[in-house]
Amino acid sequence: MSDHGAPPQAGSHRFALPAGTPAPEFSLATEDGGTFTQDDLRGQTTVLVFYPFAFSPVCTDQLQVYEEVLPEFERRGAKLYGVSTDATWSQAAFKQQLGISIPQLSDFEPKGAASRALGAYFEPAGMTNRAIVVFGPDATVLWSYVADSPGDLPGANLILDALDAAEDEERAA
Amino acid sequence: MVSEIRTDDHVRGPADGELVVVYADFTCPFCAVAHERLSERPGVRRVFRHLALKTKHPRAVAVARAAEAAALQGAFWAFHDAVYADQGRVEDPHLWALAERLGLDVARFDADRRSATVAERVQRDTQEAVLAGAMRTPTFFRDGAPDTDLYNDLVRTKR
Repeated sequence: MSDHGAPPQAGSHRFALPAGTPAPEFSLATEDGGTFTQDDLRGQTTVLVFYPFAFSPVCTDQLQVYEEVLPEFERRGAKLYGVSTDATWSQAAFKQQLGISIPQLSDFEPKGAASRALGAYFEPAGMTNRAIVVFGPDATVLWSYVADSPGDLPGANLILDALDAAEDEERAA
Repeated sequence: MVSEIRTDDHVRGPADGELVVVYADFTCPFCAVAHERLSERPGVRRVFRHLALKTKHPRAVAVARAAEAAALQGAFWAFHDAVYADQGRVEDPHLWALAERLGLDVARFDADRRSATVAERVQRDTQEAVLAGAMRTPTFFRDGAPDTDLYNDLVRTKR
């Protein structure tokens, strides 16, 4: 059993895509059989939470913790989505078992294509990396994060701090 | 960052001991192990705060609120130790029996654990922990920041 790494700190992480990058073309499957593409990013702040696998214990912790502070994300006008390479059926079962409301997006086929485009794929293990990409309402990257190890969990505070910093910058501009 | 000791915190250990703020869940087995191992360490001044994730266990929030109801009758630590010693019994009848065994006014305990004040207390602790970076139960804070080394030592190390 490996130890958990130190919690990630703001400003000292790797990123999936540099801030200011326009959203690339991508397509993810929604739970109801639809698609979620770069066009769906427009109009509100979007937080894509990439996790390695449905039902893995660490992923369980991560989404349950974020669920606890969803009102904090809503207060900042941000909508969260979970993203993995699991099939939509697996994601739906995972979501139901956890009792969470965070919508899930599947990168199942072609496997990992959207995650690769968004800098959030972990090639050595053939899975979505532990990563977060935040898009502003204009569909450009506000902030992103890639864990040093898929077992490292980014705290909700890192995302909320990034959202606050982006809002401060916008006000100052 | 989380706040230092507050007047309404649950604190045990020597006044000059090393301060550890424990955010934990009464239904979490890792928290029970951490409690036992932390108890074996001399010189630790421990603060208990709730990290009761409503989606983690169906009884997490209910038992946290019951602990606060016990606290209102001066029995927080007795309740804390009893639940961690027997985590298989956390349904309402078990909690009523425990309250009786601890000599509490059971009717008052039952009313208090459903009160808004107690609910807000549990919610306050949990939100504070998550917003300070807690990502699992238990999470230990020293000097206001999560201490992963202590978590690994108390929870992940085989003994």
